[in-house]
Amino acid sequence: MVNIDNEYILTEITNQFGDKVYSSYEPYGLLTIEFDKNSIKDLLSFLYNHQELQMQFLTDVCGTHYPDVKGKEIGVIYHIHSLINNVRLRVKCYTPIENPSIDSATFLFSSANWQERETFDFYGVNFVGHPNLKRILNADEMDYFPMRKEYPLEDGTRTDKDDSYFGR
Amino acid sequence: MIESLELNTKSKDEDYNILNLGPTHPATHGVFQNILKMDGEIIHDATSTIGYIHRAFEKIAEHRPFYQITPLTDRLNYCSSPINNMGWHMTVEKLLGVETPKRVDYMRVIIMELARIADHLVCNAVIGVDTGALTGFTYMFQWREKIYDIYEQVCGARLTTNIGRIGGLERDFTPECIRLIREFLNDFPKYFDEFAGLLERNRIFMDRIINVGPISAERALNYGFTGPNLRAAGVDYDVRVMNPYSSYQDFDFAIPLGTQGDTYDRFMVRQHEIRESLKIITQALENLPEGKFFADVPDFFLPPKQEVYNNMEALIFHFKIIMGEATVPVGEVYHSVEGGNGELGFYMVSDGGRAPYRLHFRRPCFIAYQAYPEMIKGSMLSDAILTMSSMNIIAGELDA
Repeated sequence: MVNIDNEYILTEITNQFGDKVYSSYEPYGLLTIEFDKNSIKDLLSFLYNHQELQMQFLTDVCGTHYPDVKGKEIGVIYHIHSLINNVRLRVKCYTPIENPSIDSATFLFSSANWQERETFDFYGVNFVGHPNLKRILNADEMDYFPMRKEYPLEDGTRTDKDDSYFGR
Repeated sequence: MIESLELNTKSKDEDYNILNLGPTHPATHGVFQNILKMDGEIIHDATSTIGYIHRAFEKIAEHRPFYQITPLTDRLNYCSSPINNMGWHMTVEKLLGVETPKRVDYMRVIIMELARIADHLVCNAVIGVDTGALTGFTYMFQWREKIYDIYEQVCGARLTTNIGRIGGLERDFTPECIRLIREFLNDFPKYFDEFAGLLERNRIFMDRIINVGPISAERALNYGFTGPNLRAAGVDYDVRVMNPYSSYQDFDFAIPLGTQGDTYDRFMVRQHEIRESLKIITQALENLPEGKFFADVPDFFLPPKQEVYNNMEALIFHFKIIMGEATVPVGEVYHSVEGGNGELGFYMVSDGGRAPYRLHFRRPCFIAYQAYPEMIKGSMLSDAILTMSSMNIIAGELDA
């Protein structure tokens, strides 16, 4: 029985994928790796089928948007949990905003279905291989991705409210 | 939505009927739309449409100071808003690195477990209603009101509570509040046993809900189920035990488990969890430590109002908090609590600004509800209603 900690997970992933792991750090004790977006399917299957790790629970999928990081504007963030060992892992993949796309995790996790649809709805990430990629929370007719930073919280044409006191 | 409708009507077998269940159907307890493809009374296929009460909380949260996000979390799972509030406070505290005093932890545990009881009571009482047993519902809602009276003593509100503050609670438990909790602990079990006696081993009730809407442990895990829904399928995952927060490790309680993940198991898991929650509250109240009801975070915890008018430091901190000028570390944090219906997670990215750079709610309902079409396929229409109410899907949390 090996001791499953962040160091062990990172070693296992690095041994398997080498330089596809761009960086790793541990904010508040949760191992976070930045990973090559083209190999996300391989990583998820590797963690799922790993004898010791058994990371078989997809806790969360969500998106982020960093407009200033050119070529890596849109991020897709996975939280994976091993219920056997009770360790979590956060995987971040970045994709350019011109054509944000990443492989879908639905081949492994049924729970990824709606979470990826939500991420598509908010950030416009194209999940390749998703069975039914369309908007989920917003109206189907919507022609923009509202969680991207360039969209203001409120209708920009309104003059009766000053939003500058509240946030950026 | 339209596409799937066309898809269904184009099918070769023209004997199927399309039934639009919702979005405002009285039997679904909320805004849910399901387009069902019916073969007589048997559901052949189903498509869920959600988003009818989407309020863009994640977007709003990116524009609000931290303390103004608490009222947004109220409106996720509004049957147990205190758990959401506390989860959010703890997320911010984790980001700031705040140690809360034991008294705060215990007071939070008491309130969170009361909220869990209220949440499970509503869910189980409604399962009764959907099977035609209205009696239990009317009696149990009286006890939910008593729990709301306790909230009212702590924070002044009842349903959307905005209870607690970053770093502690807004005020200490008053003697009246303690009295109400003791009264609840004393009186409730008797009435709850009556409710349990009415339904738990009732032959008609059992025949009605056993084997309705089952899901296997493998499928439940794959669908990202958490909370009572997952435990009913036989997986003992409970955030309170796996990753204890707010001093849950101090308490002695069991995790009830089901075996086949059907409506009856979900009902029974909730019934037993109510009993376990009562045990936790009793332990917390008996061992309630002395001390302060807030941590030492003057940048986030509002000073008492009378001091604001007489004391320079208090005035400065008051101003800083209200204007959202407190400094926040740069970083990202994931914190999860065991909500009324599963693991409620908060993923927050902070860039040091007054508002989170990104805040994502991991809403257990949203993730579990996608299994619904699979769970009701092949069952009767009335079973679909029961399956939904036993999964405790709350529209506010589903759509965020």
